[in-house]
Amino acid sequence: MAKKNNSFRGKDYTPFSGSPTDVARLGRGPKPGHEQTAFEDKDPVDWSRLAQTSAYKDLIHRKIRFIVPACVFFIIYYFALPILVGFAPQLMATPVWGKVNLAYLFALSQFFMAWILAGLYVAVANRLDKRAREVLDSHQNRKGGK
Amino acid sequence: MANSLLMFLVFVVITLCITYWAARRSQGTAGFFAAGRRITGWQNGIAVAGDYMSAASFLGIAGLIAFNGYDGFMYSVGWLVAYLTVLFVVAEPLRNAGKYTMADVLAYRLKPRPVRAMASLSTLTVSTFYMIAQMVGAGTLVALLLKDSGISFQTAVIGVGALMIVYVVFGGMLATTWVQIIKAILLMGGTFALSLMVMGHFGFSLSAFFDAVTQVHFHDKTGAEVVQNFLQPGLKYKPPYGPWDLISLGMALILGTAGLPHILVRFYTVPDAKTARVSVVWAMALIGSFYIMTTFLGFGAATIVGKDFIGANGGTNMSAPLLAKALGGDIFFAFISAVAFATILAVVAGLTISASTSFAHDFWTNVVHHGKERKPGEEVFVARVTAFVVGGIAITIAIALGQTTNVAFLVALAFAVAASANLPVILLSLFWRRFTTRGAVWGLGSGLLSSMVLIALSPSIMTVDADTVVGAARHMIQHAPIFPLENPGILSIPLGFLGAVLGTLSGREPEAERMFTELTVRANTGLGAEKPSNH
Repeated sequence: MAKKNNSFRGKDYTPFSGSPTDVARLGRGPKPGHEQTAFEDKDPVDWSRLAQTSAYKDLIHRKIRFIVPACVFFIIYYFALPILVGFAPQLMATPVWGKVNLAYLFALSQFFMAWILAGLYVAVANRLDKRAREVLDSHQNRKGGK
Repeated sequence: MANSLLMFLVFVVITLCITYWAARRSQGTAGFFAAGRRITGWQNGIAVAGDYMSAASFLGIAGLIAFNGYDGFMYSVGWLVAYLTVLFVVAEPLRNAGKYTMADVLAYRLKPRPVRAMASLSTLTVSTFYMIAQMVGAGTLVALLLKDSGISFQTAVIGVGALMIVYVVFGGMLATTWVQIIKAILLMGGTFALSLMVMGHFGFSLSAFFDAVTQVHFHDKTGAEVVQNFLQPGLKYKPPYGPWDLISLGMALILGTAGLPHILVRFYTVPDAKTARVSVVWAMALIGSFYIMTTFLGFGAATIVGKDFIGANGGTNMSAPLLAKALGGDIFFAFISAVAFATILAVVAGLTISASTSFAHDFWTNVVHHGKERKPGEEVFVARVTAFVVGGIAITIAIALGQTTNVAFLVALAFAVAASANLPVILLSLFWRRFTTRGAVWGLGSGLLSSMVLIALSPSIMTVDADTVVGAARHMIQHAPIFPLENPGILSIPLGFLGAVLGTLSGREPEAERMFTELTVRANTGLGAEKPSNH
């Protein structure tokens, strides 16, 4: 790639295309490093602009709308087990299915609760991946293509 | 007895071959610390499960159920539910915004040196305590399972220590991952076969099984025969403190699992956040089925082998191996014993690599040398040296403690530190714009300190023993416990959060607030996340 022109060695300060002393290739890509202003150079991604895009806001909104209720639910459901078993042991000892009591079934249901919530989250998150993709695409377009 | 040694040696030979393969294959810093970020979702999922299902789960929970019935099962529930926190809040942001350790996410917008130094201290504390507990367990297991083979406690501890150092130093994360995968498959296979045999014993009838569980026969201390319903709650966790201890443990599990350094580093070994998510789901499928199967193991041991026989032949931890012997004969007993060793070995290897990664990446490169490697490969070199040192320290302490010391509290301590120190600062740095460096340092400090102090004041350390208890089995402080619970989470977690919040409110850090947007965009979209290596 770095093809040097030997006859000009020592005199030509732009010995190959794209060297630090080369001029910007108009419209064909991002500015070379030396052309950027100090501000552009400092932060190549405009994070606050990305955070303001509707795609990003929608992504965060949907994520929160699933995660917050899901966390509240599983924390209540999980701590209900030691609280009920600890403070209402007679109620929990009630046989439900043959000799199997409420306490055992409730503990067993915790496993299925965790699996179901995990499954729901994956379904939501897979859809959100597309949203995240859109946010990244808007960033690529802003940079002027490839 | 020689059979189990032979089977264990087969496991060792296979894992050493993998280490040799991994050593030739893994190159560069990301290769050593993160297996080149090319582990697939299901592979990492199995490895996470392997890292998590320690001998304490396999032998300990089976024993807890065999001796305390339902309460042991209730104890095991939290270990799976805890993964919801990992899945919802930690795995993907960590993969998107970090490089090798959890401190990467903290240092992203806070002042790197103080934050990394404290995070590294907390990681090393968690890993070392957890490792010592596992190694004492390994030594004890050898004394029980191989008592005729002439292998002593010391030899077992040194052997396990030396092997884990070899895996980590030569094979790095790639070898450690495959050791976990093989071990997890062996453990799941062994547990599944054993559960099947238990059900076979009851003619594959669930009602016959539960009928037996409601009428467990054994002899109490006075020699009188007792018939007990093992589905009855409250056999172990009795009022006034029992339920509180369980709630406290639940808090430590639900917040601590997402702060365990050896689990967190696993999410850096996959190509992207989506794969990290897939791997948590795989891990949850495995871990959940494993803990449900421990019911069959524990109740099976209680009904088929009996509390009396287990108590006379090595105690609670021997429940699963003795059940294997009763149902599958000596060969199966040997297989289950070998699986138990493999389990311990894999877990300590995982702990060693997370401790060395944190010391080399956080402390050596970023704190001591301001984020610059002085020459290429320095970070990996330092990590290898750390693996030797950490391994040596763990071996020495495990031998000094000896096999009669009760080390279960070290596991409780590891989870308490992870939940009280690590997780509050991870959460606050991801979700609170105002969070500052001082908040992180105070949070890590108060969580670490309060967990350790509360454990020292708990019944695990402070108990008045009867005169019949002698030697290392005696509690360290002969005094009535000041803190009544064995699990400090219920108090230390709020203290960890309190430290972090007070530290933050005592000043402002505009730079950290400005960088918050950048961190959240990265964490949620994966823009600029570390890429997998190409080779």
